[in-house]
Amino acid sequence: MSQTTVEPERGKLDRFSRAAASYVDDRTKIGVLVKEFGRKIFPDHWSFMLGEIALFSFITILITGVFLTLFFDPSMAHVEYEGSYLPLKGMEMSAAMASTLDISFDIRGGLLIRQVHHWAALLFNAAIGLHILRVFFTGAFRKPREINWIIGFLLFVLALVAGFTGYSLPDDLLSGNGLRIIDGFIKALPFVGVWISYLLFGGEFPGDDLVGRFYSLHILVVPAVILLLIGIHLVLVFLHKHTQYPGPGKTEKNIVGQPILPVYAAKAGGFFFIVSGFVFLLGGIFQINPVWNYGPYDPSPISAGTQPDWYMGWTDGFLRLVPSHWEFVLWGYTFSMNLLVVYIVAGIFLGLVALYPFIEAWITGDKREHHLLDRPRKAATRTGIGAAGVMFYAVAWAAASSDLIATHFHLSLEGVTIFLQILLFVGPVFSFIIAKRIALALQKKDREIVLHGSESGYIVRLEGGEYVEVHNPIDDGLRWKLLSYHSDYEPWMLRPNAKGKIGFWRRTRAALSRFYFEDRIEPVSQSELDAARHDHKPELNTGH
Amino acid sequence: MSTLRKKKQARRSGLASVALVVFGLLLTGGVYAVFNSTSADADTSTYSAAQIEEGKNLFVANCATCHGLDLAGTNAGPSLIGVGAASVHFQVGTGRMPMANSAPQAPVKPVVFTEEQILSLAAYVASISPGPAIPSDKYLDANGEAANGGELFRINCAMCHNVAGAGGALTGGKFAPALDGVAPVHIYEAMITGPQNMPVFNDMNISPDDKRDIITYLKYMEANAGPGGFTLGSLGPVSEGLFVWIFGLGGILGIVVWMTSRAN
Repeated sequence: MSQTTVEPERGKLDRFSRAAASYVDDRTKIGVLVKEFGRKIFPDHWSFMLGEIALFSFITILITGVFLTLFFDPSMAHVEYEGSYLPLKGMEMSAAMASTLDISFDIRGGLLIRQVHHWAALLFNAAIGLHILRVFFTGAFRKPREINWIIGFLLFVLALVAGFTGYSLPDDLLSGNGLRIIDGFIKALPFVGVWISYLLFGGEFPGDDLVGRFYSLHILVVPAVILLLIGIHLVLVFLHKHTQYPGPGKTEKNIVGQPILPVYAAKAGGFFFIVSGFVFLLGGIFQINPVWNYGPYDPSPISAGTQPDWYMGWTDGFLRLVPSHWEFVLWGYTFSMNLLVVYIVAGIFLGLVALYPFIEAWITGDKREHHLLDRPRKAATRTGIGAAGVMFYAVAWAAASSDLIATHFHLSLEGVTIFLQILLFVGPVFSFIIAKRIALALQKKDREIVLHGSESGYIVRLEGGEYVEVHNPIDDGLRWKLLSYHSDYEPWMLRPNAKGKIGFWRRTRAALSRFYFEDRIEPVSQSELDAARHDHKPELNTGH
Repeated sequence: MSTLRKKKQARRSGLASVALVVFGLLLTGGVYAVFNSTSADADTSTYSAAQIEEGKNLFVANCATCHGLDLAGTNAGPSLIGVGAASVHFQVGTGRMPMANSAPQAPVKPVVFTEEQILSLAAYVASISPGPAIPSDKYLDANGEAANGGELFRINCAMCHNVAGAGGALTGGKFAPALDGVAPVHIYEAMITGPQNMPVFNDMNISPDDKRDIITYLKYMEANAGPGGFTLGSLGPVSEGLFVWIFGLGGILGIVVWMTSRAN
């Protein structure tokens, strides 16, 4: 501010811009907003950019999507394809499919935009997934950010819906097969399934209505809700301030980083162009969803290697993993457990993901606010649980490609399925144990480094003949980072309630709390640190 | 009204429908006979006695161990009675036979025999008992209707071979192979002989002209594989998903790490 007063007048243009600025400010008070907004500090770390990747790929999806709506015809009316793709010429298909082919082959730039739209959708979902994992493993979901975790979870689910409704629109063979599976899922619902299916498809599958209905969901309802939730998500990030990793000078009460204006805004703006540019590169070089290969939807054929887009893959994987013939008839209704099990398992999994912040807070009894993140090694049990969840998801995901695993690794399809069925249960247990042990071992290593310094690689022989390795003392910054393990974690004590009774829930909570905290590395105490400093000085001197 | 109905009844006399059925039967039978005879005599007429003799020698030396000296098959290999020249030409011509070791199905290998030797083997096997013949070149020019071939391919072939002909898994370690780079004659022969786990698509099921269209479609797809760029193996969403995680998100993460790193 002091600079602007010192600078001399710069003529009419300057006066005009100042007048315009004060005109706008007098009427909107936008200056207050800009000042507040611009002074917000954001910390710099690569893992904080994952949400931005998702946001910017979403913007890319919106922009390319607008282009596609100009040429796409969301109708299932029968037409004869007369475009320029030879192997489909003269074929009967829906107007949706024909217009998708026109976008691909007869509209300038259409294929590029279609492919960018699809690649960006895949990237959007992948970035959301990775963002959720970052938030989980660093404990960023803890108070006060639980609500934002729920909003993020809803965004994750809506991204699936957006993707599914999108790739169903071209009405090609692949998307039709996917819809048939959804139809099966719906019809498997006891009592109401058939009614809902007829309602959705406007009669018996596939009907003539679905593309139009999915179109309004895909281009209107779902993106609007996503945009709204993104808005709330960002406002909450703003209100809570961003979290930061522990480090020198970083506390629960401050935030170390750079202001939005000018640094962060410029960085984020540039990053948008990097993300969208990268996606355009993918769309320009790599083919995606070649609907012309699949041809128009026809309920009779199905292709080998029919899979949904990757983000729906895990549900398809459950479908392939459920043992066949699990069904029974009750009161004249068929209960097909092949599909109902998928509802149950996927529902429980998603429920646990959504409610994890509340579950953990209940177990740990931790009601404090957290603005400093945990390094994943610090919360070993949580890291183990996360690894188990990732494994569970990954096995289901891999199961969706069981046929391709079989052909590409020369295995038997049944063998792959049985292996994955076992791995679905065994894998998460091993992942939990291994990840937790690695986290604890890393804590131990950190403790060792704090107390004895880092290994130098020099081996010294002492007068008595003993060999020792010289340890270099670490700098204060690193020590701060490594000492950021507060000893505030301890099992929740089992105490009787006001009536002097110990109920079932209290017992459960105490047991879970013990499970959560029983394995831990004691943090370095001040006296230990002092003692270590004292011990090591003479040894270091002999080393050099 | 009543007169009209009478007229109609008169037109559909019992005798007429009998005549129609007889005519229909004659027509189908006749056409069948014509088809049958053409494929049968195409078989024996094209091979000379010397060729058959050479084929016999090759067969005894290379094939009889498993298929038996009398072609009746052994525990190690199936009977070759009635498999026809097309089957031999396909199995030996793609290197599947002679099989190197037992497996769920015979994989494609480098071809062991020359085309001339393969034809001799085919002649010998066909001379013992006739079967499907090696197709004539007019069906192999890949110059038919690609659109018709594409539809037939999606309905009849894609459930095992994948819509893009990229291959697919079957049960018990068996698989439908990828179809790119397969010679038109071998595609045709596979359809009429049903090698390995493939069903036979005879001429009643898919006419020779339709087979020509299917070959046309496959060759068109081979020549114009990726209008949208690299096809990532034409394996569909699985390879797309892997690609976006490893190279899409991986690439952007590389940029992000570079952006947020501080100069040391």
